[in-house]
Amino acid sequence: MHIRKLLAAAAATALLAGTAQAADMTGITDTTIKIGNTNPYSGPASVYSTIGKTIAAYFKMVNEMGGIQGRQVDFISLDDGYSPPRTVEQVRKLVEQEQVALLFQTLGTPTNSAIHRYVNAKKVPHLFVATGASKWGQPDKYPWTMGFQPTYDVEGEIYAKYVLENVEDPKIAILFQNDDYGKDYRDGFLRGLGDKADELVVSMLPYEVTDPTVDSQILKMKESGANVFFNITIPKFAAQAIRKSCEIEWKPVHFLNNVSSSVGATLTPAGLDCSKGLITAIYMKDPVDPQWKDDPGFKEWVGFMDKHMPGSDLTDVNYAYGYSVARLMHITLDGCGELSREGIMACAANLKGVQLPMVLPGITVDTAPDDFYPIQAEQLSKFDGERWVAFGGIIDASK
Amino acid sequence: MDLFLQLTLAGLAIGSIYSCVALAVVMIYQATDHFNFAQGEMAMFSTYVAWTLVGLGAPVWLAFLLAVGISFLAGVIIERVIVKPVENAPVLNQIIVFIGLLVIFNAVAGWIWEFTIKPFPSLFPEDLGFKSTLIGPHHLGVIALTLGVLALVFAFFRFTRVGLAMRAAAANPDSARLVGISVGWMLALGWGLAASIGAVGGILVAPIVYLEPNMMAGVLLYGFAGALLGGVSSPGGAVLGGLVVGVLENWVGQYVPGGSELKLTFALILIVGVLVFKPAGLFGRVVVRRV
Repeated sequence: MHIRKLLAAAAATALLAGTAQAADMTGITDTTIKIGNTNPYSGPASVYSTIGKTIAAYFKMVNEMGGIQGRQVDFISLDDGYSPPRTVEQVRKLVEQEQVALLFQTLGTPTNSAIHRYVNAKKVPHLFVATGASKWGQPDKYPWTMGFQPTYDVEGEIYAKYVLENVEDPKIAILFQNDDYGKDYRDGFLRGLGDKADELVVSMLPYEVTDPTVDSQILKMKESGANVFFNITIPKFAAQAIRKSCEIEWKPVHFLNNVSSSVGATLTPAGLDCSKGLITAIYMKDPVDPQWKDDPGFKEWVGFMDKHMPGSDLTDVNYAYGYSVARLMHITLDGCGELSREGIMACAANLKGVQLPMVLPGITVDTAPDDFYPIQAEQLSKFDGERWVAFGGIIDASK
Repeated sequence: MDLFLQLTLAGLAIGSIYSCVALAVVMIYQATDHFNFAQGEMAMFSTYVAWTLVGLGAPVWLAFLLAVGISFLAGVIIERVIVKPVENAPVLNQIIVFIGLLVIFNAVAGWIWEFTIKPFPSLFPEDLGFKSTLIGPHHLGVIALTLGVLALVFAFFRFTRVGLAMRAAAANPDSARLVGISVGWMLALGWGLAASIGAVGGILVAPIVYLEPNMMAGVLLYGFAGALLGGVSSPGGAVLGGLVVGVLENWVGQYVPGGSELKLTFALILIVGVLVFKPAGLFGRVVVRRV
C-alpha cells in the first residue's frame, strides 16, 4: 500500500513537470526549420523517388521566395531503398543526429510501419506519410503520425458501393497481394458490401510478389463465373491480369486499384485496347487529361515544373502528387501560430477545407484532433482507351 | 476440362522457361559443384540487352540471336575475370561472389533501365492460322523453342568434339588435362553456354511477366526447384524437373484448397523435400566418394 502511494505521487509529479516543460523546439530556430524525409532513390520502388525530388525542388523554390515565416527550409531527404531496416537507420539519423523538427512524406507502407512506434515514442511529428494504409490515422494510439491520401480501405469501400448500386446480380472475384496493402483494400471492399459479402464474392485469391505470374488465378476466376473483378495488384501484376483476362476473353466489370492506375506504367504495357472499360477511383487531376488545360492549379504546377524541374516527364502523376503534398506542408507551417513540435502537430490536426493545386476540385483536406485522414473523397473514372474519364460525382467516404 | 487443359498447357509453357533456367544452373553446377545464384539476374540483364536492341530498331529475332551471342561472350568473360580467381577458394567465398554478382546485375539494370515494367515483344506471330483459348501463340512458341534449344544442346554435347571435351573436363578434370584438354577454357565455355541458355529463358519469359529488374527472382526459385527435382547432375532431368514444377505449380494453385496461397511454399517444400529424401534428385547419379 505504502509503495503504491509513493508511486502514484511520483507519477503525479512527473506529470506536472511534463506540463511545465517548454515546447519542444528541436530543429526550429529563428532562421531555419529542418524537415526530414526518406524516399526510395534506389531499389524496387525507385519509381516513386520523383516524389522526393519534387518536394526538394518545391522547398528550394519556397526558400528563394523568402522561406516559411521568415525561416529557410532545410529539407533533408535520405535514400532507404524501400527497405524497412534502412528506413529505421536513416530515420534515427534524421531524428538523433540531424535533429529535424519533423518527418514529412516518408514513403512506403512497410517502411513507415518500421518507424511508427519509434517516432511516436520520440514525439516527432510524422506528417502526411506517402502510403494509403489505414493505420496512419489513429490519433489516440499514435498521436504523432498522420496520413495524406485516401486510404486503401476507403477506396475499396467506394468500389463496393458502386457495385451494389450499379451491377445487376453481381458475382465478385477478388485478386489481392498477400500483404498489408492488399488486405486493406480487400477488407474495405468487403466492409462496403456489408452482410451480403459472403454471398456475392464467388472467388477470392491471393498472390505473392515473388510469383512469376498471376495467370492461373485469372483462369480460376473466369471459371468461377464472376462478372465483377476487383484487381488489387501492383503495376506488374495488374498489367498481367488485364492482358490475361483479355486473352481468355473474360470480360467482367473490372475495378483496378488506384495504385496501378498509371496509363504509362500499367495500361500501356497491358495493352490500351485490353484496358478499355477499366474503372478506378482518383483524387488527383490526371496530367494528361486535356480538361485541365486552363485550370489554374494545373497551370501553376506546369509553371513550377518548367521552371524548377525542366525536362521531366509531365505524364508522371508522381510529380503532381509531390507538388501537392509539399504545398500542404507549406500551408500547414505557414499558417501555424506556434512553431514547435507540439504546435505543428496541433496545426496539422486542424486543417479545414484546404484545396491543393493538383487535387480534384471539390476534394479538400480536412483534419481534426480525432480525424487524422486528410483526404477521404474520390471520384470514379473509366478508361476509354486513351485516358481516364471521370464520371459520377465526388464520393466522400467520411460522410 | 477446359480449365484443366488451360492450366496444364500454361504450366508446360512456364515450365519450359523454368527448364531453361534449371539447365543453365545444372551446367554450371556440373562443372563447379556450386549453384550460380546470379543465373537469373544474368538472364534478366541479357533480356534488357535484347530490349535495347529492339529499341534501336533491330527485328526481334535478330535482337534475340544477338543477345544470346552477347550473353555467351559475357558468360565467358565473367568466368575468366571474376570466377576463375576464386576457383580454389572455400565454398563460402564462391557463394559470396555469386550473390555479389546477383546484387550487382540487379542494381546496374535498375540504374540503367529504371524499375518501371516494360512490355517485351513476343518472338512469335500473333496469328498462327488457328485460334484457341486453351493456349496463346506465345506460350505455344515458348514450348516449341525451348524443346528446340534443348535438342541443340543435347546434340552439341553428344556429337561434337568440343561437347565431348567439355563433358570430359567436368567428369574428370585431371584425366582431361592429361589428354590435352584445356579444362579452364572448357569451364569458361560452360559459363558462356549457361549464360546463353539463361538468356533464351529470360527473353521467353519477359513477354509473359513483363521486363523489370526483379523479373527473374521468382523464376529462378522455381528453376532451382526444377533442377533439384530432376537431379542437379542430370541436364535431361533438370529439364523434365522444370516442366513438372511448372505444371504442378498450376495444379496446386487450382486443386489444393487454399492452393493459391501455397504455390511458393510448394516450391520450397519441393526443394527441402528433395534435399532431405533424395538429394540426387529423380535422375541424378548418387555421388560416392572414397575417404
